Amino acid sequence: MADITMRVWRGDPGGGGFEDYELQSQEGEVVLDVIHRIQATDAPDLACRWNCKAGKCGSCSAEVNGKPRLMCMTRMDQLPEGPVTVAPMRAFPIIRDLVTDVSFNFEMAKKVPAFDPAPPPEGGYRMQQIDIERGQEFRKCIECFMCQDVCHVIRDHEENKPNYAGPRFFIRFAELEMHPLDTNDRRELAKELGLGMCNITKCCTEVCPEHIKITDNAIIPMKERVVDAQYDPVAWLGRKILRRHKLTAEEAADRG
Amino acid sequence: MTTVESAPATPVILGGTRGGPDKPTLRKDRWWVSPVVTVSVLTTFVVYATWAAFSNRNYYVGADMHRNLISPFYSPCLTESCVPGSHPATVITWWTISPALLILIFPLGFRFTCYYYRRAYYRSFWWAPPACAVADAHVRYTGESRFPLIVQNVHRYFFYFGLIFNVILTIDAVRAFQQPGLGLGVTVGTIVLCLNAGLLWLYSLSCHACRHLCGGGMRTFSEHPIRYRFWKFVTPLNARHMQFAWMSLIVVGLTDLYVRLVASGTITDFKLF
Repeated sequence: MADITMRVWRGDPGGGGFEDYELQSQEGEVVLDVIHRIQATDAPDLACRWNCKAGKCGSCSAEVNGKPRLMCMTRMDQLPEGPVTVAPMRAFPIIRDLVTDVSFNFEMAKKVPAFDPAPPPEGGYRMQQIDIERGQEFRKCIECFMCQDVCHVIRDHEENKPNYAGPRFFIRFAELEMHPLDTNDRRELAKELGLGMCNITKCCTEVCPEHIKITDNAIIPMKERVVDAQYDPVAWLGRKILRRHKLTAEEAADRG
Repeated sequence: MTTVESAPATPVILGGTRGGPDKPTLRKDRWWVSPVVTVSVLTTFVVYATWAAFSNRNYYVGADMHRNLISPFYSPCLTESCVPGSHPATVITWWTISPALLILIFPLGFRFTCYYYRRAYYRSFWWAPPACAVADAHVRYTGESRFPLIVQNVHRYFFYFGLIFNVILTIDAVRAFQQPGLGLGVTVGTIVLCLNAGLLWLYSLSCHACRHLCGGGMRTFSEHPIRYRFWKFVTPLNARHMQFAWMSLIVVGLTDLYVRLVASGTITDFKLF
């Protein structure tokens, strides 16, 4: 006997609506399992993107009961009673059913300058663990783009998309900015790509399936670095004095 | 071969039909509870603090009651009108209204520009957004990239001023152990002032600007071992910044209330030993 109702969005760019599917629950199922059962029984043309079923590929992002979730990591028995709503990610254009066009993110990825280390010294690069452990947290990102989806800066304001990289790329900026071998200064670019538009409401951190502290460990540290570079008069004065000292030392060295 | 680095950036295409119904949210949980609680607590605090700051009385319990307790809203009491015993040697003569109004701008500025409180009031008062995956209430949005919200970047300066106030309130807490005419002792008021000072230190040290200034701005920790140690010390505190923000806010208000009730004679400051 059917005891669960799945309310799944069916549609394409031409329009769509929710369709209800009645199924019998099975022990230990996740939302993606139920979507696959619907494909197998009721709606073979239901489109959804998936791959690993282990929360590591970031393909099956959707909005379950209104919240961005990985369908493969959302257990049915942990959802509240009543129909379970499954909709595509709201921030991106729909392709069909639960599949969205996330190419916005790949365009933004091109704007982040790549890792740019100095030429290796004799004997090769050497790094200490304490210098790279901050960036290792950000390497856990599986690019599910749920942080991008939940970020109201683009979710509710389409016009911001060309000028806003989004949380996923702010952690990329932070990762490179904190890398001991990287030589680029990305603070100006991070500002240009909308770091100031983030109002740190922490939704990106709340939805991250890898539990990356996006706001506390990446966005706010990047904001503070931008403050160092752009808004702090004491830091500006300090840099001027240090640069003068450095130039004086270099001049002394030139004179032998 | 084309790589991500060598691929030319193409313009982001706007528009495109979005999936899902055109509703503010599909969330079924009680997402509105958090904004309601935040608005209630912050509004209560602002109303109480405004009344307390303008009341200009009952902020100091002095030698006539064998105590040395001053409200955190009035410390340091710098004006000529301050109650005898409550102010240090230096006084400001030209300020004629409540002395609290002269100093509260600094702790309030620190809290107003705090990264945690920004999250709290952007969500609950400004509804940008009220909760995750709930529609923003505004047609346009530029965040903190323009005036006036770009001024939030002064947070670190309020942090510096906040440290000065923490030192002063710590001295007040130590002075509360003095009971004029009775010697040293511990009262409920002493514990309240110590708790208040302790929570304010925890709130300040857990601040994101503090974490950055301690060492978070470094690219290589190994070249700055002392700053790395500072950073390691404040990082776990930073993870609890929200809790410290709420606890210190509530306790600072209750500390003022306690001193006020004792000073007005409504309650007695019970001596423990």
